[in-house]
Amino acid sequence: MSARLQKSPTGIHGLDTITGGGLPRGRPTLVAGGAGSGKTLLGMEFLIRGIQQYDEPGVFVSFEERATDLTENVASLGYDLTALIADKKLVIDQVQIDRDDIIETGEFNLDGLFIRLNAAIDAIGARRVVLDTIETLFAALTNMHIIRSELRRLFGWLKEKGVTAIVTGERGDGVLTRHGLEEYVSDCVIALDMRVTDQIATRRLRVVKYRGSSHGTNEYPFLIDEQGFTVLPITAIDLNYTVSSEVISTGIPKLDAMFAVNGHFRGGTVLVSGTAGSGKTSIAAHFADAACRRGERCIYFAFEEASDQIARNMQSIGIDLARWADKGLLHFQAFRPSSLGLEVHLSTMLKLIDDIKPQVAVLDPVSSFISAGTDLDARSMLMRLIDLLKSRQISALMTSLTSGGHAAEQSEAGISSLVDTWLMLRNLEQAGERTRTLSIIKSRGKKHSNQARELVLSERGVDLAEVFIGPDGGILTGSAREAQEAADRTAAAALVDEMARKEAAMQRKRKSVNARIAEMQADLAAEAGEIGVALGVQASVAADRAAARAAQALRRERAGEEVGQS
Amino acid sequence: MNGLIGNDELQQDGTEWELRLYIAGQSTRSAVAFANLKKICNKYLAGKYHLEVVDLLQNPQLSSEHQIIAIPTLVRQLPAPIRKIIGDLSNTEKTLVGLQLSPAKVSHE
Repeated sequence: MSARLQKSPTGIHGLDTITGGGLPRGRPTLVAGGAGSGKTLLGMEFLIRGIQQYDEPGVFVSFEERATDLTENVASLGYDLTALIADKKLVIDQVQIDRDDIIETGEFNLDGLFIRLNAAIDAIGARRVVLDTIETLFAALTNMHIIRSELRRLFGWLKEKGVTAIVTGERGDGVLTRHGLEEYVSDCVIALDMRVTDQIATRRLRVVKYRGSSHGTNEYPFLIDEQGFTVLPITAIDLNYTVSSEVISTGIPKLDAMFAVNGHFRGGTVLVSGTAGSGKTSIAAHFADAACRRGERCIYFAFEEASDQIARNMQSIGIDLARWADKGLLHFQAFRPSSLGLEVHLSTMLKLIDDIKPQVAVLDPVSSFISAGTDLDARSMLMRLIDLLKSRQISALMTSLTSGGHAAEQSEAGISSLVDTWLMLRNLEQAGERTRTLSIIKSRGKKHSNQARELVLSERGVDLAEVFIGPDGGILTGSAREAQEAADRTAAAALVDEMARKEAAMQRKRKSVNARIAEMQADLAAEAGEIGVALGVQASVAADRAAARAAQALRRERAGEEVGQS
Repeated sequence: MNGLIGNDELQQDGTEWELRLYIAGQSTRSAVAFANLKKICNKYLAGKYHLEVVDLLQNPQLSSEHQIIAIPTLVRQLPAPIRKIIGDLSNTEKTLVGLQLSPAKVSHE
């Protein structure tokens, strides 16, 4: 035998995860809890699952309930004890101790109980034993000293016998069990509890101690439904799920375009938060619609509106959800979160997810869960749900209603840390008008636009418009945006006119300049002509003069005597 | 105490007492209980009782019939109603009360 502690799996959903494989094999485990906390059922399911899943026969010794009552009680959970008893896999032994017809005189021991138990164990070769609840002995018998020493002997004997046992005990006032059973059973102690907060009851389970083994130390909610005992959460202990890098559309092309990858990752979780009437459900409807268009199955959990109402309302923005529902691709599930405890909701949702196996899930809105429990409860429930969705690669979109005022972002923080992408919708009020804006607060693993967009709802669905930055740095939406757009258009048109006008003026100027150039050239040419003529005249005049001078000189040489004559 | 009166009447009618002592093996405590019971029976029920000793180690299945958990346990099967007295019967007075054989009544008879 290895030094490692051997464990007996209980087969109970979730409990084996928390205890790292089950209860200590061959040792007694104490299950303590108040009335109606589920002790008996835990014990019974431990035996039944032991028989059905691990082929370990079991003995149930009941000190309180009659065997027929037990059989009937678990029959409502779908277990047929009579068949198991007939197969010699199960023994139910009811030990009835009536204080009224018992008188104690002198020393005694509990050999009768030992013998009975031993006979029952040997009759079917039992490997598992449940004693429910042995504390009844304290009420029936007066000699506490004997009972205590006999109990110690009993638990020692059970260990020797090598059976894995569950011993139940009633929770005492401020102590784990009324009669201190934890004193005798020290290997593993599990406490069950049912608390009512704001009129909603939640069952919780905690492994108080587990000698020689690590275990989850938190209080884990559990529930009892028609499938028996389920301890949640199942998946939250580790974060090992495969992630996809496949990108799918949100159903709104311009929203897809805000992400660098043009959409969001399959299996991711998108949170859309915003105040009332900011367009959350419309985005959710697009998301569901897009999934169905891809031929995927989608489950739509509606927590505030009836499914028909959502379908009708979405018609008004051109999304026909009813046809997907008719085709069987879209499954609506509408219920009020405050109708039942969170755990019941979680389990109902898990079951539906198991049945329908959707690729996409919509939860609208998750904030209403907070009304069904405390913030912490709702958060832990959503965390488990998100874990589960992620582990199954189901892309999810959840909406969250934020109350107005500046604390909106803060109150979201509880949920927002769980999601991959967080879209925030805001209602803006300016110039007597409310408009919606959408911005991406965060998006894990993909670049995204940091700019706010205006969310426009029309009969063609959700559209996103660029937001205008006004002259004073504020953003302009709605009519203000339209006015600004018109003004911009006018300005642009004016600019075009101006350009044309300037162009024409330029043309005119060019023409006149050209004309003037031509004129001046003509002048120049004329002037040049004149100068040429003048030069020609001058040259001929000079030549004439030279000729005249030469003739004169000649004349002077020729006739000196002719001076009187000139 | 109606039951007491009824028993007196039964005794006067000569009703048989049917007693069963459950033990487990030959322990000294069982032996003590048996000796104490014998003494009481001989003194108060001489000639009108039937005593059976059941060893649960040999017949474990008999333990559920009378819901035996403690050893030794004395069961008064008759006269009705069934009474159970657990322990070694060392306290005679308590045993008599348990069997509804109060000494006062018997001596008066």
